Amino acid sequence: MTVGFVTILTTFIVATLRATTPLLLAALGGVYSERSGVVNIALEGIMLTGAWGAAYFSYISGNAWIGLLGAIAIGVLIAALHAVASIKYHADQVVSGTAINLLAAGFTEFMLNRVWGQAGGSPQVASLPSIGGLNLSIYLAFGLAAVSWFVLYRTPWGLRLRAVGEHPLAADTLGINVYKMRYAGVLLSGVFGGLAGASLSIGLLSRFVDGMSAGKGFIALAAMIFGNWNPIGAVGATLLFGASTSLSTIFQLMGIQNIPTQFFNMIPYVLTMLILAGFVGKSVAPAADGVPYKKTT
Amino acid sequence: MEWLRDGVRAVAVPVLATLVGLLVGIVCIVIAGKDPVLAAKAFYRAVAGEPRMFGNVLVSTTPLIFTGLAVAFAYRAGLFNIGVEGQYLMAQIATVVAGVYWTPPAGLAWLHPIVALAAGALAGAIWGGLVGILKAWKGIHEVINSIMLNWIALFTCDWLLKYYLRPDNSRASTYDLQPTAWLKQGLIEGSRLHTGIFVALATVVVVWFILFKTPLGYEIRAVGFSSGAAEYGGISVARALILTMAISGAIAGLAGSVQTMGLNHRFNETSALVGYGFDGIAVALVGRLHPVGVVLAALLFGALDASSGLMQAMAGVPKSVVSIVQAAVIFFVAAEGLWSFLQKRRTKKEVTTA
Repeated sequence: MTVGFVTILTTFIVATLRATTPLLLAALGGVYSERSGVVNIALEGIMLTGAWGAAYFSYISGNAWIGLLGAIAIGVLIAALHAVASIKYHADQVVSGTAINLLAAGFTEFMLNRVWGQAGGSPQVASLPSIGGLNLSIYLAFGLAAVSWFVLYRTPWGLRLRAVGEHPLAADTLGINVYKMRYAGVLLSGVFGGLAGASLSIGLLSRFVDGMSAGKGFIALAAMIFGNWNPIGAVGATLLFGASTSLSTIFQLMGIQNIPTQFFNMIPYVLTMLILAGFVGKSVAPAADGVPYKKTT
Repeated sequence: MEWLRDGVRAVAVPVLATLVGLLVGIVCIVIAGKDPVLAAKAFYRAVAGEPRMFGNVLVSTTPLIFTGLAVAFAYRAGLFNIGVEGQYLMAQIATVVAGVYWTPPAGLAWLHPIVALAAGALAGAIWGGLVGILKAWKGIHEVINSIMLNWIALFTCDWLLKYYLRPDNSRASTYDLQPTAWLKQGLIEGSRLHTGIFVALATVVVVWFILFKTPLGYEIRAVGFSSGAAEYGGISVARALILTMAISGAIAGLAGSVQTMGLNHRFNETSALVGYGFDGIAVALVGRLHPVGVVLAALLFGALDASSGLMQAMAGVPKSVVSIVQAAVIFFVAAEGLWSFLQKRRTKKEVTTA
């Protein structure tokens, strides 16, 4: 073994934080949406279009901050589709989410070709700065997790959002506008999904790669469930997934090479299933999660 | 006449959604700076230009019938099988194993395709059934586990291909199936249409029979309608969930087997999920979750798929437009409230006739 323990540990921690960031941002988006009562498996697609939007706006402006704003705008736009379909038109939320994921894959591939005239990925674009060797998006993710916890559990608005997801009829009786709160929850998940995408394309990398979300939106949803639909829980859960993803890097550094790489690639997905099977009974979804609300007047 | 009006209503939503989806496609073609009329001509030529062209449409339709049926079958029990992709991949590998390593005894060569199909169906059933078990036992939403299993299937197949199933490391595919396990091509001269289409149509009949003519089908539909009421009525919801996912997985698996046995005769290396499952969702929803509807919808999407090559070559239409059209169609079928104006007219009519 030629690499020292400290180097390995540092690499492991940095790799874990990098892998955690997009997952955490997306999981936070999921918390807002599902706390308001709307299942949002469209996060995967929101993330992918957000990643494309970040790269696109960064590319045309030469400024990564414009890219970040662009990612948020695109994320909100895509989330709005899901919101209108599932809140106004009572669509099956899982089906609507799937359609959006498919749309995102087609749209980004289409635009990749249209804007850059090439398949596979975008050219190099301006990316967000790093502080102390860690990309800004990493601080953003953990900072926003703390803010989200405060907003959801220490403000009246957060209480209203959670009420709408638990018992919309009761909330409605108390004068809370159920539809408005649900729109807010889903659109916020668009903001976070967009940020998660930006962290992929202009945070941890500096280009958009076709299909770069690669199931991370779904892993984020599993982490959200494992984290009990709570921002702080999401931090713990996504850190665990982040660590499992960075294991392969570490094993390679340590010179362990005779294990097929496919096994390392499988770890996050297998872990997701194991964790859900072992813990899901202990976490409780918002009672009205996924149930369309039809006002009866 | 009531049944006729019901029928029209059932067909109206998918037809309208398909039209809107195609409209979205046309807008994309215009945005891309291409000529939609030329694209339409290319589409027509690719679909009906020559008999062999139509043969190729049927080649594209064959797997869609299976994947559409798989999604529709699970949906009847209220389950969203987004794991068709993984079930398809695992079945391909299982079919390769049965087709490469098993040699039928002399005189029993006709058994080979059956064994190869059964191997694929079994692999798909295990991959799907696992999701059903976790749902019934732990209450975990089938969507998350299905998606995880899609990725796990992708890496498992890649590992098996690279470590065990190929003759040498430079080859990007497995050994070829023994010819006894092939489904014969040449149903229409000049096209690759193979007998898998008959397996697909037979599966349509079997699925229709299970759903509407057996106690199991009744249970499945009851669980989909209201699992609480079904449980109260003495139906074992857990058993229904597991069986539904296993059967749905088996149907999805047949898609993989038939593709392997009829077209490529091997498993090719793949580094990404390619979307067979998503195609199946579109087909199932547009087909109104009915076996016959699924066949019609599979023809539609098969035609889109088969024509995408020629549309690109003749009119420069990017292939991604086809997936955008599919997404739009799913979206507009799903947003049922959008079509409530159809419902309103119905109630009015009912009042006047009463």
